[in-house]
Amino acid sequence: MKLELRGITKRFGALVANDHISLTIEPGEIHCLLGENGAGKSTLMNVLYGLYNADEGQILLDDTAVTFSGPGDAMAAGIGMVHQHFMLIPVFTVAENVMLGHEPTRAGTLLDLPAARALVREISQRFGFEVDPDALVEDLPVGVQQRVEIIKALARDARVLVLDEPTAVLTPQETDELMVIMRGLAASGTSIVFITHKLREVREVADRITVMRLGKIVGTASPTSSTSELAELMVGRAVDLTVKKDEPQFTAKEFDVAHLTALDALGNHLLDDVSFTIRGGEVLAIAGVQGNGQTELTEAILGLRSHVSGSIRLNGTELVGSSVRKVLDAGVGFVPEDRQKDGIIGEFTVAENLMLDRSTGNPFASGLNIKFGYLEDFASSAITEFDIRTQGTDTLAGRLSGGNQQKVVLARELSRDLQLFIASQPTRGLDVGSIEFVHDRIIATRDAGIPVLIVSTELDEVVSLADRIAVMYRGKIVGIVDATTSRTTLGEMMAGIAA
Amino acid sequence: MVESTLHERTGEEVTTVNATQGLAAPVAIDVPRSWKTPIVLGVLALIWLICFGIFGDARTVAFGWSDTSDAIVLPDFVVNSKTFCLTIGILMLAIAVVATWLASQRRKVPMWLIIPFGVLLVWSLVGWVGAGGRVPVEFLLTGALALSTPVVFGALSGVIGERVGVVNIAIEGQLLIGAFAAAVTGSITGSLTLGIIAAMIGGALVSLVLAAFSIVYLVDQVIVGVVLNALAIGITNFLYASVLNDNSAEYNFPGTLPFLPIPFLSDIPVIGGVLFNQRITTYAMFVLVPLVYVVLFKTKWGLRIRAVGEHPLAADTVGINVKRTRFWTVTVAGMIAGLGGGALTIGSVGAFVREMSAGQGYIALAAVILGRWNPWLAACAALLFGFSRNFRIWAGQAGSTIPSDLIAMTPYLVTLIAVAGLVGHARGPAAAGRPYIKQ
Ligand SMILES: Nc1ncnc2c1ncn2[C@@H]1O[C@H](COP(=O)(O)OP(=O)(O)OP(=O)(O)O)[C@@H](O)[C@H]1O
Ligand SMILES: [Mg+2]
Repeated sequence: MKLELRGITKRFGALVANDHISLTIEPGEIHCLLGENGAGKSTLMNVLYGLYNADEGQILLDDTAVTFSGPGDAMAAGIGMVHQHFMLIPVFTVAENVMLGHEPTRAGTLLDLPAARALVREISQRFGFEVDPDALVEDLPVGVQQRVEIIKALARDARVLVLDEPTAVLTPQETDELMVIMRGLAASGTSIVFITHKLREVREVADRITVMRLGKIVGTASPTSSTSELAELMVGRAVDLTVKKDEPQFTAKEFDVAHLTALDALGNHLLDDVSFTIRGGEVLAIAGVQGNGQTELTEAILGLRSHVSGSIRLNGTELVGSSVRKVLDAGVGFVPEDRQKDGIIGEFTVAENLMLDRSTGNPFASGLNIKFGYLEDFASSAITEFDIRTQGTDTLAGRLSGGNQQKVVLARELSRDLQLFIASQPTRGLDVGSIEFVHDRIIATRDAGIPVLIVSTELDEVVSLADRIAVMYRGKIVGIVDATTSRTTLGEMMAGIAA
Repeated sequence: MVESTLHERTGEEVTTVNATQGLAAPVAIDVPRSWKTPIVLGVLALIWLICFGIFGDARTVAFGWSDTSDAIVLPDFVVNSKTFCLTIGILMLAIAVVATWLASQRRKVPMWLIIPFGVLLVWSLVGWVGAGGRVPVEFLLTGALALSTPVVFGALSGVIGERVGVVNIAIEGQLLIGAFAAAVTGSITGSLTLGIIAAMIGGALVSLVLAAFSIVYLVDQVIVGVVLNALAIGITNFLYASVLNDNSAEYNFPGTLPFLPIPFLSDIPVIGGVLFNQRITTYAMFVLVPLVYVVLFKTKWGLRIRAVGEHPLAADTVGINVKRTRFWTVTVAGMIAGLGGGALTIGSVGAFVREMSAGQGYIALAAVILGRWNPWLAACAALLFGFSRNFRIWAGQAGSTIPSDLIAMTPYLVTLIAVAGLVGHARGPAAAGRPYIKQ
């Protein structure tokens, strides 16, 4: 189906998120939408999907103008969308989530769960995604939740499919599988809009590329453009995609994890005898396929898990058994893997989110008072420094674009007085310009003599940031190797084969 | 092959989805087990065994199953109160032991163990209070059912409302308006059927106001609910004083719904009278509890209702109209609460009295939470509240030496312990009380 957007404008108060955007997607085309964080990509797609009402402009499907009063109309017209932030109901099973809104029924109204399960199984087999239809969504790791979102969209046979950053939490293998699926769908006439910040994917799969900046379309590019050309078009300046760092200068600070074991409520090992040491001035990156205990490792360090044994020492102080508050007060900065759930409070303002883990005492509070003047100054400078695209310090954090929410978390954690910095997926959802900046900041933290622990499923990120790499598999550390280790070896280690 | 894995917990067994990979296999190792439930059960069983058994009352107690007028007359069950309570205490201890064993296996103590435990606990209390006299079993149960009926309707209404994301504090007001509408309409038209319909319309009208303010104009749901309750009291009090009181024969004399015994079934001793010789309102309750359950959990409308109450934005993205769903669901919930109001007047005393809902709407809200937003459990909770009220009445009549207020307190105390120890961590619909604002 051919899709045309004409002069779409969407304002949020004074902010023009989409400024007269015109875009045509041909039938069977994979159209990549590129743009920095807050450029207005998600907003545009939400307008197309009927979730937001456009202030101006028209949508045409196969050359006939359509108006959508809600996503129901858009879906009826054949538009499907995978949202950047999951639209899944945590307490429902996978099958219930997939069937919601177009339920298979018996006797007109009774839910036909077997049919829904069969549908999930059929789609997951057809597309090579393995998902248990009866699993509760809240129990699934984000990567699997992402697959559920994709299955949900595929189950509806959309003729225009919008994919808003579907690959942010997928493994490279899953991404490759998704790209095969996309090509197959396009070949059968489905038009696809694909949003991603990963330029490799763009070059691999796009038929055409449109670049947005500050709510406007700033140009188009051909899929044969080089990564740096695309990057420059996106952020309007040259981007250096390699991380520059010197040999580590070790300091006396030391973070030491020994024989760390964590169990779930049933006694299964989530972490199995994990030991490593990070010296001040050094970056240790944990590589591994998602779901092999990385999340549990960071949670155990933070004091968020029960049933933990072993020892975690920061500069000689034992942290196992301490409250989260004590751990944070010991100078641990932490960027969680799921920003929306664990990183920010959407109903709080940007400024409030920036002081979230330092709500008592210096520098943001004295006694029962919050020092609003100081907070305001601090927030303004953090917004400038981290280039957070927001209307002001008092904008609700939930209203920021995905990448900008991530920057709020990073700004908060990196501006603390740190003894240890832990970041899970630090650049998930960030545009190339912001990735460059965040990588530089992480290296600056390391160069300030602080031990840094990075957990990332992006091998590129691991290799470019790490001084040493620890690979996790099934809750164990397979090995700790030098950052110069070949990717083939790392890949084997990630599959559980010790180097 | 490298793929991410997923671990899913289903009951006590662990399924590792994706056979190629998974975290370490289960190992027997000391994970702290949850002893909370066995401890609560064990302590209660011991207290009961000691207080009512070992230090119990040595007189006999007679459990009367039937009246002489019944079709089938069963002889009274006469037993020494102390022996009776000792036996029950031992049974309770046995359940506590089973619970301990389950906990040692890291398994959850199921409802089908906890509910009999509660029943035993209550009957031990009855056997103790009734020592030296006769316990009219049928009276105890029928009275409990009658007193619970409005609360059950209210609780169902609350469950439905919260499931769709609207906190309905106005149940109290809906009961009151329903009671009023049923009495007045029934008197004026002389038709109790019309009275029932009027009660439902009255409840629905309160819901419409709640829906309009909270869903359309985004006023805080709790505040609207509280205001509506005050308004309902004000309106009915005013009309009662200015119209009903002086012309009660004309406006406040609807009569009561007839008892409709179900042939044969109503002749079964004890339960026949309790379950099968009731008014249409009670039968409606018997039908509504399972019906609401089926609609909420087995139909597509229920799936959508729950989706809207959990994550309205997600529901919107699959084409569910959030506001419309909330609007109509709350209206239907109001009809059910209104029916509960009808049960207060034409289903019971046959006249409207000032503020006769007397806080039962709030008790219904408590039942919603105690029942974890599940129609069956909420109805059970409402029955428990009804039973305690009736138990107090009977204990007073039975001339029990213990102050009746103390007896009246016991069930609530047990309820509190049950909530703390057994219900565990209850989590309501995530978006209950939150308005949905579309950009
Ligand atoms: N509901 C909203 N209310 C107010 N402002 C909003 C809302 N949604 C988005 N915005 C603003 O609109 C702008 C565009 O946001 P959008 O989410 O479209 O960006 P994006 O291009 O998808 O970015 P990212 O790559 O980070 O996801 C941002 O400045 C954002 O703060
Ligand atoms: Mg976006």
